[in-house]
Amino acid sequence: MSTSFYVGALELTTGAVLVCAVMTLWRRQVRTIVTMLRLQGVALASVAGVLAWHERDLGLAITAALVLAVKGALVPWLLRRVIRLDPRSRETAPLINVPASLVSAAFLIVVSYVVSSKLTALAPSAASRLVPVGVATVLVGYFMLVTRRRSVSQIVGLLLVDNGIGLVTFLLTAGVPLIVELGSTLDVLLVVVVLQVLVVNAGARHGSFDLDQMRELHD
Amino acid sequence: MLSLLALVIPLLMGVVSLVVPWRRWIGWGSALSSAGVLGIGIALCITTSSHGPVSALHGTLHADALSSFMVVVIGTVSLLATLQTPRVMSQEIAEGTTIPRHASYYVVLMQVFITCMLTAVLAANLGVLWVAVEATTIATTFLVSHNRTKKAIEASWKYVILCSVGIALAFLGTVLVYFAALHSGVDTPGAVSLNWTSLMAIAPHLNHGVMRLAITLLVLGYGTKVGLAPTHSWLADAHSQAPAPVSALMSGVLLTVAFYALLRFKAIADAALGPAFPRTLFIVVGLLSLLVAAVLLIAQRDYKRMLAYSSVEHMGLLALGAAAGSSLAIAAVLLHMLGHGLTKSTLFISSGEIAHAEGTTEIAKVKGLLARRPVVGGIFGCGLLALLGFPPFSLFVSEFTMARAEVNVGLWWVVAISLVCLSVIFVSMTNHARHLLLGGDSSVAVPLSARSVVVPLVTALVVCAFIGVSAWPLLSLLHAAAHVVAP
Repeated sequence: MSTSFYVGALELTTGAVLVCAVMTLWRRQVRTIVTMLRLQGVALASVAGVLAWHERDLGLAITAALVLAVKGALVPWLLRRVIRLDPRSRETAPLINVPASLVSAAFLIVVSYVVSSKLTALAPSAASRLVPVGVATVLVGYFMLVTRRRSVSQIVGLLLVDNGIGLVTFLLTAGVPLIVELGSTLDVLLVVVVLQVLVVNAGARHGSFDLDQMRELHD
Repeated sequence: MLSLLALVIPLLMGVVSLVVPWRRWIGWGSALSSAGVLGIGIALCITTSSHGPVSALHGTLHADALSSFMVVVIGTVSLLATLQTPRVMSQEIAEGTTIPRHASYYVVLMQVFITCMLTAVLAANLGVLWVAVEATTIATTFLVSHNRTKKAIEASWKYVILCSVGIALAFLGTVLVYFAALHSGVDTPGAVSLNWTSLMAIAPHLNHGVMRLAITLLVLGYGTKVGLAPTHSWLADAHSQAPAPVSALMSGVLLTVAFYALLRFKAIADAALGPAFPRTLFIVVGLLSLLVAAVLLIAQRDYKRMLAYSSVEHMGLLALGAAAGSSLAIAAVLLHMLGHGLTKSTLFISSGEIAHAEGTTEIAKVKGLLARRPVVGGIFGCGLLALLGFPPFSLFVSEFTMARAEVNVGLWWVVAISLVCLSVIFVSMTNHARHLLLGGDSSVAVPLSARSVVVPLVTALVVCAFIGVSAWPLLSLLHAAAHVVAP
């Protein structure tokens, strides 16, 4: 693969991850948001794939396949089940309206370029130059977590954070050792399963699962 | 071999409980497996102190003195907690609050939970350590929501979301450490890995900017799981809603397992950056936790939440001890982990008894326990005395030693601030305890508590007092363990 093609492919796939993250803030239909998350999973797997090809790294290629299976297929499928079981979560209920969210996202992207400068400085390369994009995805995920109040939105926020960290990992270190990657992907999958079961249990026993009514525990 | 056995025993017990329908003996089996873990922990301590660190599974598992000590702590507290399983589950099934299938799941999840904690302390690879700590969150979620009430589900939702996003930061921190290791410029034999021993070997050559960012993320990330401020808020919810033995296990040992991760990374950061920067971080989160605990304990209305916030306080004390960082301080931190594990699990289990008998966890509605329920009330009272740092219990020794170690490295102002917080906590907790324990009418007849509650809890308190007055057999072990992460 020629260098310019490699750089171009890496920039395109990395950029797609962030675009998907911002899109989840923009759209209100939760079905669309889940689609965006699926696309993000595919983009993330492509980043790993491009890097694996460039570095001729078999472990990273396996990781790419794993990410594609889990984040591109399994997790979105689980989320669709949550939407079906928790009808209230079909539309998001942002505490901050959409235009303000998008402005905040732009601000967060700038912040992430500032904070990642030290990381890029240590080992400048085509991949590590793109690290701020991963950091921005993490920050957008946190923003989603604190400003959205529906069950699915919180899971999506969690997954954005996770995908962003995955992106940083691929770009900085070309992936962590395979055993760690396997473990952490499995953990993410299980967390989503656990959250889905909680929504289902609460729906079956208490009628609905509403984060707005979750105010019984406080000091 | 021993360390592998420690992981296999609880896992096998979990499998047994998954396939065999619930019987009371399964509960006893889980206690037996915890006793096995404790035995292996002691054997590991003896082996590592005479032959040095031992590895298993081609170096995937690595047990040094610190890991062995943690296995002992996990074994002790899980023995206390699992001894309650047969009685609590039979009781719940008899009362109709649980069905036998859920009792089986409870045992399975407890065993998986214990296995995850053991994996965390025995893993050679710091990435695997992260995976295991995150897996404890998954295993404990359904234990927290075991009662299936609305509140319990709310608590577990908050628990999973907050701990997962918190600990995601720790993963980022781990990746940054790996990144710094890849670019350390040192020629290492073999590939660069996340193994603790190889990272310690190249620690002085790690890039400063990256390591500063990494240790900050790690403190915030694992700090969430430890229950350190500012991300402590899941702790009181989860600990107050979970069944009492689960709270005992979570508060008594899960928090300290996460703290163990911080001790390992702090040792790397100390070697890379010098002690000043990590020390500042630990002091900030430690003092903040003490402050939060003090403020929230003053007007606390629920005694299970009171115990949970006291855990925040004790984790804050551990953070301050780790900030001092000398070998004496770390030995005291480790002793404090064990003492806190023993007392806090005793308190949570006895508070479960009290809650079951009184039907409420509100402090205002419970009165005169010492007169009405002398046995469980007495245990609860003694546990509180131990927790507040009265001699002869070991928490007195460890708190005192931590304070001394902090003064030794010039942190007298930290000791001064923490003493102010501790006095506020002391006054408010004794005030709550006075209301819970004293007064009341002793003529009301009470059924005696079950022997399976009284014997283990009294033993735990006696052990806590014993290690408070006698240096044997822990002293050399503590020093060996402290030496792993302190110069």
